[in-house]
Amino acid sequence: MREPKISLAEVEHVARLARLLLSPAEKERMRSQLDTILAYIDTLRQLDTTDVEPTSHVVPMVNVMREDEVRPSYPQEAMLANAPDRAGEFFRVPKILEEEG
Amino acid sequence: MNPTALTVHAALARLSAGELRASELVRAYLDRIDALDPTIRAYLAVSREAALEQAVAADERWRAGNGVRPLEGIPLALKDVLCTRGVRTTCGSRILADFVPPYDATVVVRLSAAGAIVLGKTNMDEFAMGSSTENSAFHPTRNPWALDRVPGGSSGGSAAAVAADLAAGALGTDTGGSIRQPAALCGVVGLKPTYGRVSRYGLVAFASSLDQVGPIGKDVRDAALLLEAIAGHDPMDSTSADQPVPDYQAALGQGVEGLRVGIPNEYFVEGMDPEVEAAVWEAVRVLEKLGARPARVSLPHTPYAVAAYYLIAPAEASSNLARYDGVKYGYRAPGGKDVIEMYGRTRAEGFGPEVKRRIMLGTYALSAGYYEAYYGKAQRVRTLIRRDFERAFAEVDVIVTPTSPSAAFRLGEKTEDPLQMYLSDIFTISVNLAGLPGVSLPCGFTAAGLPIGLQLIGQAFDEATLLRVAHAYEQATDWHTRRPPRAAGEAP
Repeated sequence: MREPKISLAEVEHVARLARLLLSPAEKERMRSQLDTILAYIDTLRQLDTTDVEPTSHVVPMVNVMREDEVRPSYPQEAMLANAPDRAGEFFRVPKILEEEG
Repeated sequence: MNPTALTVHAALARLSAGELRASELVRAYLDRIDALDPTIRAYLAVSREAALEQAVAADERWRAGNGVRPLEGIPLALKDVLCTRGVRTTCGSRILADFVPPYDATVVVRLSAAGAIVLGKTNMDEFAMGSSTENSAFHPTRNPWALDRVPGGSSGGSAAAVAADLAAGALGTDTGGSIRQPAALCGVVGLKPTYGRVSRYGLVAFASSLDQVGPIGKDVRDAALLLEAIAGHDPMDSTSADQPVPDYQAALGQGVEGLRVGIPNEYFVEGMDPEVEAAVWEAVRVLEKLGARPARVSLPHTPYAVAAYYLIAPAEASSNLARYDGVKYGYRAPGGKDVIEMYGRTRAEGFGPEVKRRIMLGTYALSAGYYEAYYGKAQRVRTLIRRDFERAFAEVDVIVTPTSPSAAFRLGEKTEDPLQMYLSDIFTISVNLAGLPGVSLPCGFTAAGLPIGLQLIGQAFDEATLLRVAHAYEQATDWHTRRPPRAAGEAP
């Protein structure tokens, strides 16, 4: 048996970073599936890429600027129409507390 | 003949000759959707009244004979990842189940400006993540050629709609094969344009360095017509290329005499369905008979493409999908005691298993300590894949490959094994990593009667040559004229 690529503790850590509340069953399933996928992805290690530049974007492109001019924007009501909760002209959210742990 | 079986160009000819009215055409599609879509389930929503109203306006323009636009009165379907003003856009996800965009995607604006009529929004894998459309939060879509099989994905609803004559044409999106693979599995033509060719403003983002919008049509000419309508620079998308759009239809009919066609050694691998392999080699022989010059080429880093893709695409997705937090739009889970718990519950309940898997994979690949080993490594491998194509295109004009290693697989066959599902995109993914245009078109059928797709890959911004070769092949064969049993007129 090979070493597992990812532990349950790592799955829990990553789920916290990604703001995904996973059930215990989901965590175990996720661990095992990510393990299979990461083992496959390990084939990349066979390639020597020391002197290879990374590609983040295929089309050579520099920052695209436009004139900073006043233009009409969407009405407030249209932008609030999809809000799951609102108070007048604001988006309403549950209390913001310090994160645990 | 039922007008729903017409290609876009044939329908335009009849509309122009006064032999067909747009309202008849739209009504015929709506009737057919009523009859067949409860079985196929290509659509998530149908815009009946709006389509009929627009058809009346189109009839008026045709009758008046002036102000007629290039796609006047042509009924199309849109993948539900493209924003439509005032019309629900779900991305196949529970988290956007009630999302009504306040604006239209640029491609939607352009199709409307060209006179096209939107019939409805089509089913897809949630957030375009998948190869079978089974990851839709709402329902699966069936392959019109065999109802126990998948239509491919993620643009499975669009491909099935075109194949079953539930739309004259459609738009899909392609991040790793999501236009070409379903087009192959449904026996239609699907084109992924060069990265930057088509605006993505209003396309809900999945992986921003890979996503493109493109057409799905009944034949190559239709794909050319639709591409011409949507291509071109858009000030609202800073990644769209400021390059002129050629007359794609003018490229058709020029033949392939003397064109060099590359066959990559690495695309004929173990595990490929022998029927698919045989059909692709036969297609190469057809192109040779038409005057093309086949040559072997090598794309040596092909075996690493899927691995690199499944780091890059999930990494970008984990960042793009961070916006679904239950605050400004979309689903919010009840009962969170503070905002952090609300985020966690909203995302746990709003996203399906595949989307969660990719967010986890991407977050992991970008997290402290792993960034260089995973994401950085994948970006370097991406450079090697891009260079492979640069070298190959120094010797050939287009590259010919299978689109998918097998024909349509059965519903449920790969849902329990994510890696097997990922590997069904093995021949399409490199094209996205390199930003190149690719098209899939029918090149035969398996003994069981399932369509087989041929993929042609072109140089950046050379969709014209791609369409020219595709059209020459198509006109020399009759695969594109075959209709699935469901489209031939039987009751479902």
